Amino acid sequence: MSELDYLAPPTVEDAVRALAAGGGSAKVLGGGTDLLVQLRAGRIKPGVIVDLKRIPGAIGVREEAGGFVIGAATPGAVIGEHAGLVGAWPGVVEAANLIGSTQVQGRASLAGNLCNASPAADSVPAMIAAGATCLVVGPAGRREIPVEQVAVGPGRTSLAADEFVLEIRLPARPQRSGDAYLRSIPRTEMDIAVVGAGVALTLDAAGTVTAARVALGAVAPTALLVPEAGAAIVGTPLDETALEALDAAARAAARPISDKRGTADYRIKIAGVLARRAAAIAYRRAADQGRGGRA
Amino acid sequence: MTDVMDRPALKVVGTRPIRPDGVDKVTGRAQFGADFHLPGMLVGKIKRSPHAHARIVSIDTRKARALAGVKAVITAADLPDLASQEYEAGESASNLRDLSQNCMARDKALYQGHALAAVAAVSAQVADEALDLIEVVYEVLPHVIDVEAAMEPSAPVLHAHLFTEGLAERPATASNIAKVNRLGRGDLEAGFGEADVVVQGRYTTKAVHQGYIEPHACVAQVSQDGQCQVWSSSQGQFMVRTYCAKILGLEIADIRVTPAEIGGGFGGKTTVYLEPLALALSRQSGHPVKMVMTREEVFRATGPTSGAVIEVKLGAKQDGTIVAADVVLKYQAGAFPGSPVGAGSMTALAAYDIPNVAITGYDVVTNSPKVAAYRAPGAPISAFGVESAIDDLARELGMDPIVLREKNGVVSGVKAVYGPTYRDIGYLETLKAIKDHPHYAAPLGPNQGRGVAVGFWFNVGGESTAAVHVNEDGSAVVVTGNPDIGGSRASMAMMAAEVLGLPVEQVRPIVADTASIGFSMLTGGSRTTFATGMAVTQAAGKIVEDVKRRAALIWDTTVDKVAWESGQAVCLDATKSAVKPLTLAAIAAQAGRTGGPISAEVSLNAQGAGPGFAVHLCDVEIDRETGHVTVVRYTAAQDVGRAIHPAYVEGQIQGGVAQGVGWALNEEYIFDADGQMENAGFLDYRVPVASDLPMIDAVLVEVPNPRHPFGAKGVGEAPIVPPLAAVANAVRDALGVRMCDLPLSPPKIRAVVDGLAS
Amino acid sequence: MSKRHISTTVNGDAAEFLAEPGATLLDALRDELRLTGAKEGCGSGDCGACSVMVDGRLVCACLMLAPEAEGRRIETIEGMAQGGRLHPLQQKFLEHAALQCGFCTPGLLVAAKALLDQNPDPSETEVRYWLAGNLCRCTGYDKVIRAVMDAAADLRQVRRAS
Repeated sequence: MSELDYLAPPTVEDAVRALAAGGGSAKVLGGGTDLLVQLRAGRIKPGVIVDLKRIPGAIGVREEAGGFVIGAATPGAVIGEHAGLVGAWPGVVEAANLIGSTQVQGRASLAGNLCNASPAADSVPAMIAAGATCLVVGPAGRREIPVEQVAVGPGRTSLAADEFVLEIRLPARPQRSGDAYLRSIPRTEMDIAVVGAGVALTLDAAGTVTAARVALGAVAPTALLVPEAGAAIVGTPLDETALEALDAAARAAARPISDKRGTADYRIKIAGVLARRAAAIAYRRAADQGRGGRA
Repeated sequence: MTDVMDRPALKVVGTRPIRPDGVDKVTGRAQFGADFHLPGMLVGKIKRSPHAHARIVSIDTRKARALAGVKAVITAADLPDLASQEYEAGESASNLRDLSQNCMARDKALYQGHALAAVAAVSAQVADEALDLIEVVYEVLPHVIDVEAAMEPSAPVLHAHLFTEGLAERPATASNIAKVNRLGRGDLEAGFGEADVVVQGRYTTKAVHQGYIEPHACVAQVSQDGQCQVWSSSQGQFMVRTYCAKILGLEIADIRVTPAEIGGGFGGKTTVYLEPLALALSRQSGHPVKMVMTREEVFRATGPTSGAVIEVKLGAKQDGTIVAADVVLKYQAGAFPGSPVGAGSMTALAAYDIPNVAITGYDVVTNSPKVAAYRAPGAPISAFGVESAIDDLARELGMDPIVLREKNGVVSGVKAVYGPTYRDIGYLETLKAIKDHPHYAAPLGPNQGRGVAVGFWFNVGGESTAAVHVNEDGSAVVVTGNPDIGGSRASMAMMAAEVLGLPVEQVRPIVADTASIGFSMLTGGSRTTFATGMAVTQAAGKIVEDVKRRAALIWDTTVDKVAWESGQAVCLDATKSAVKPLTLAAIAAQAGRTGGPISAEVSLNAQGAGPGFAVHLCDVEIDRETGHVTVVRYTAAQDVGRAIHPAYVEGQIQGGVAQGVGWALNEEYIFDADGQMENAGFLDYRVPVASDLPMIDAVLVEVPNPRHPFGAKGVGEAPIVPPLAAVANAVRDALGVRMCDLPLSPPKIRAVVDGLAS
Repeated sequence: MSKRHISTTVNGDAAEFLAEPGATLLDALRDELRLTGAKEGCGSGDCGACSVMVDGRLVCACLMLAPEAEGRRIETIEGMAQGGRLHPLQQKFLEHAALQCGFCTPGLLVAAKALLDQNPDPSETEVRYWLAGNLCRCTGYDKVIRAVMDAAADLRQVRRAS
């Protein structure tokens, strides 16, 4: 009978050692909301589960150099309660808080959402748009990589078997900036994104977009950063023409499949719709911030 | 019978007391199917077919049996090979051979998830490992799931012994069409000849699941003398007993079934899946065995209701008189015959008085789970087609949709298409309730639309037993044999309290096991409040007669000189003016001297159930870019006869609406090319969540049924009949386009919007 | 297979149990501690019937490994009534007939209490979204939402009075 072991190492080094010792059969446990479902369905049969939650700092948000460091096992509920983070990166927070139910929010983490490597992960397009990075640790030490470099395909990451994400890092928010994330699901809650769109943008004093990052979820094997979509609105006041161009760029970048959650044709159209709507929200937030209002 | 209807004021019936089992259910104390535990209990699990259609070449269980901790392994070879025999025990007749082979496949696996073998082991882990060690050799066969594809002569045939019933001549070859049923009257051709306007449509629905939150669960124990005990969550402990006896070849007297609390059924727990297997495993192992399905098993192996094709053609005169209706219904039965197409046919036009009618129904087997009853089985499907077509007809005629229905609506004295003549029905009153409701005249916002649809359900009576025992202090116990799915204990206690003149808190209702109360048909078909309520009322009435007799004895007078008023015996004998009324408590205290314990039991076969009509009004708002449909307002009126406990009656209506809205918008079985269900979980089988729905305004119309002591009609089924069409008609109103294929999911809506633009 | 010994606090009292490393908290509560108020409706976090509080956070007990509970503070439906007194939410569920079969009820109550503990005056929309992870197939949610709103109003009055 296959033995399953559970370890809750107290330090990063212990966790790295545990993963290395487990070889390919070790699985990292953050919030566990994906891992336990896969375990239960028999889709994975790990030999050892390495729980990160006892590592100091694994749960919690801290401000650092104007930006934010989010521990790997920090649940969505904690993220949503951090006023500074909510004020600076409302799009990332709303994306994180869209994952599953209130109950799931009590457990599910950004790092877990990222490393589960689902193309439909809600928080990933928002993090990509925000320019988030993650700190990867392993036997060879630590390296910081953009979040878009983590997933390489559905369920597959660029991390080695003995590496894990210790922290998610969000940069300081530039002046007059805003971000937003929207997804489309058949119901109002509890579904996996059929399409997701994250937008982060920065304005000048006149209200012209000076920088923009647009990312799409569930329209390709991994979440996509779409530079053409960002470029479509830079230099514009996000008027109707710019939104049309954004819509078209998002549709052009989408290369989805048809599955039980939506047809390819539908996903392409909705990618454009959501990119447009998310950009409008991000723009409003940036403008409000420019006026000194609350994001 | 005690006729309480004429009493000037009912004290209990029609009020909203706290349900007697409520505290157990809000504290987590109530014991559902999976909550039982016996010492030495084993865990039972099932090996299921990964193929939608396959011949079972061999099953080798030797390695599984040899695994340490495995105490029993069974296959169909451990069950008697039953002959084909129709048997009445569930919500409808079942064929015992089919029932047995649905519990455990014999020669062929007929759907993905079909049970092939079962094990009992000391732990879930060992049981899982044992399942992996069972070696099955399959010959995979072509499969068919779509109902019309299954009807094709070239389709893979599921059952070589199945020849279409209901044809003029017995067919020469086996077919997946199990049965053709026809219903009708008048001259269809002449009828359409008279029509000024003809509308027609072809509508489709997908298989949907009842979606009860509690997975099937049971504990079974067979002792060495062959005595069997089952604790299980079902809609009928007697149904479980009967089916287990038949499937295992046991004597009914040797089986005792105790009903657990049931975590939702909606018709889906009117049959057995686990109980016979758990008994067989217990018999082989000598230990009690617990079996609990996973959610995935519930979806893959228990009854959804049919996916279907509905063709409707209606002809009307310019004044709105409908003169002809032709309806064709093709229903998936799943792996074995028995779709609800019969009820779908009978209910399809039950709300309409149309002279020339033909309804043809096809019961078609497919490589999907055997369908089980689902709330008003068959009726929502046919109503979806008919009510969509009626809506189109109203538009074609330029008539208000309620006025059109009033003009053609059935009233008492009209003969229903399905046979009987209506008595004491409240259909027009229910239509009026909606027409007069502020919702009907409320303005609509942009991208909003409004739909009306009606629904019908027969409601049924049937066999029930109830006992009433008066305790020594004058309080009472009501015993019935019907599981309480939605608050029926409360209504049973209320009816007894009303007759006895007791506060409802002094009446404790109990749902008893099969050895402790007489036979009762299962809870289903909206029969419990009507039929079992009638038994309860009559038993309480017998108590009243008995205590009047005892009072007469105490007062030394004759029973005709004793009246029962407000829970007291009152002496009418002028010569005994000094005696004070005797309460039930006072009489109970003297029971020993007046004949012993005060107790009465009534068994009956209740007739005269009153049909229910529901009229629903739905507003939707459409996001034309994303294709999302939001139900923004919903009002549901229904003739309930008399609401015994109005809060639970409203709850039945609200729950039925929610299920119907889910069916209309997002719920569906999705199969891949290999016949595997792709969405066997609550993540992708999308039942409505709290944020999907508005408040649901339930309007109770009370046209009493004189054949029930308090006027009750069944309530639970009718509310799920109209919503599919009510939502679809609202979407039609908002978009200007008729959508005929459920569910009305966002991609389909968006495609229609794109079609409008181009 | 070696079971782990886990020490926790359940509904205010120290509780110890043995659990396989791969067992869930729900398995441990139901099978080891025999607290069967939390139900398994799906095993995948999609129905909310197993809602419990862990260190003050609402979670699905089916999505947490039993060994993770070591040293944690767990609250279940069994601890909601205080002695002989029902919690106002429990009382309102009864008064509003906010349950039919009652299977989802413990999870709904635990989740609703978590909401009211942090938001004493939620809007109908807030209640609906907070409870979106608690499937109920019987009620259509109408009376559930009303019961929660009514309990919130009562609790606000109690707070004002005290």
